[in-house]
Amino acid sequence: MDLQILLLLGQDGLTNGAIYALLALALVLVFAVTRVIFLPQGEFVAYGALTLAALQAGKLPGTVWLAVGLGVAVVLIDGGLALKSGNLKRLPRIILGNLGLPLVLLGLISGLEAEALSALALPLQILLTLGIVVPLGPLLYRLVFQPIASATPLVLLIVAVALHMTLIGLGLVFFGAEGFRTQPFSDGAVEIGPLLVQHQTLWILFASVALIALLYVLFERTIYGKALRATALNRTGARLMGISTTMAGKLSMGLAAFIGALSGVLVSPMTTLYYDSGFLIGLKGFVGAIIGGLASYPVAALGAVLVGLLESYSSFYASAFKEVIVFTLIIPVLLWRSLTSHHVEEEEE
Amino acid sequence: MNAAHEPKTVLEVSDLCVAYGKVEALHKVSLRIRAGEIVTVIGPNGAGKTTLLSALMGLLPYRGDVAYVGRELDAHVEVEERVGQGLTLVPEKRELFGEMSVEDNLLLGAFHRYRSGERDHAQTMEEVFTLFPRLKERRTQAAGTLSGGERQMLAMGRALMAKPKLLMLDEPSLGLAPLIIKEIFRIVAELKQTGVSILLVEQNARAALQVADYGYVLETGEVSLEGPSRELADDPRVIETYLGLGGKKA
Repeated sequence: MDLQILLLLGQDGLTNGAIYALLALALVLVFAVTRVIFLPQGEFVAYGALTLAALQAGKLPGTVWLAVGLGVAVVLIDGGLALKSGNLKRLPRIILGNLGLPLVLLGLISGLEAEALSALALPLQILLTLGIVVPLGPLLYRLVFQPIASATPLVLLIVAVALHMTLIGLGLVFFGAEGFRTQPFSDGAVEIGPLLVQHQTLWILFASVALIALLYVLFERTIYGKALRATALNRTGARLMGISTTMAGKLSMGLAAFIGALSGVLVSPMTTLYYDSGFLIGLKGFVGAIIGGLASYPVAALGAVLVGLLESYSSFYASAFKEVIVFTLIIPVLLWRSLTSHHVEEEEE
Repeated sequence: MNAAHEPKTVLEVSDLCVAYGKVEALHKVSLRIRAGEIVTVIGPNGAGKTTLLSALMGLLPYRGDVAYVGRELDAHVEVEERVGQGLTLVPEKRELFGEMSVEDNLLLGAFHRYRSGERDHAQTMEEVFTLFPRLKERRTQAAGTLSGGERQMLAMGRALMAKPKLLMLDEPSLGLAPLIIKEIFRIVAELKQTGVSILLVEQNARAALQVADYGYVLETGEVSLEGPSRELADDPRVIETYLGLGGKKA
């Protein structure tokens, strides 16, 4: 292998690794705050990519209907509860908060002609995509995980698997079985040394670094980010400060949906994505998260980049075993973790 | 109901019952706290003192009537809503955010107020620092690295960031050195000047009765004695069981 191939593979690995790192961060965040091993993380990636592809094809993406449907369900449940307790003042907020954005987007997109929709500037299309997919996070949390918030991690995992299956099935209904690519953010490539780097690659790396920086600022500098960390550190302590576990759960899954959808939007010009492509991408982020013990953000991100590089180099040497090699990485990591860290009781006296 | 000069009731608990499964931990407990008062609940280990506070905070289901500033609080009212109404608990285990700095711990104490649009947390933090100068020295240190006394101060300071109407303290002296205990109780007495009502649960009966206006003795889930704390401190039954021989001197 010459230097050029080495660099080329490295570039591929870094690009994919950056995406896996974002997903790993989302997984660590959701687990820390809610104890859910969030298997459906990958579905947000596919939904993001395919929603954007549908918009670019001038079609109304089915995910809008999903957001509206989930919004209606939440309004019925929460609205019913508010009515029962005579808390009428909360009704407008419940309706607006859960159904406002999905309905506005539904009206907006179905109001546009197909040509106008596909001719929309890319940043606007991306904004629409995020506006559709991100609310799915909090809505799904409310409907699926909030009622069982105090269940054991195992029960939560089983429910996460069920949700993952459901979302994949819905993805097939919404987008069909064929794959899609979206337009790159900008065409062209730049020469860096012996390498020709696609603009999209630079976009991915830039956006990933920017997003990681944004998350850092969120958690270190804002009171809401600190409240999320507090919930992860000490749930009872957080509740006593008036930080509601429900709010923290919705916020963390909203962030997870945002990270997932943005990842999908970023990679979709590089790879053809199918309704079920999200799972494998998410799983690689998961390997990274495991390397970080589902607890450390920097180690999870670095682990995910390592996964990207390993995948890229193994696809050159033994392409048939690419996935095998990547997922086998988990075995030595788990061995090492179980040998070096002692078991800590969840509720220490 | 009462004449204007009579201080109004902050918390009125009647016939409170709490059960863990079939085991009843509290049986028909009634108590009352007036505005600006320190009320203490003393009693042996396992009498149900922590259970009482957890129930009042909404962490445990209960039966019975709890009226807080005139409003009925039934068991369904969530912890977060109680915090929003000015009820704050400093739990026995402190429940600090160990990896976060002292400053961030304090800031989160004001989370609920921040969320409802009150942005005076910087000023409140200065007030807390005046009360606990030690916390100011340690402001950038992680809460997990503090000493026992400092942790208790941080837990109290964090609770005060919420500007509570009723502050509930669960065994603030637990596991602390005598000098620190003195300091903590001095601060509890000082807090009274700020107008906050305090419900103080303690095993250290002598110190608690010294600082409180009124006291209840809780034994095996029931109130066995109650009265103004000076009278309780002179009561032979209290002296024998809780104050020991040194009781008269105190």
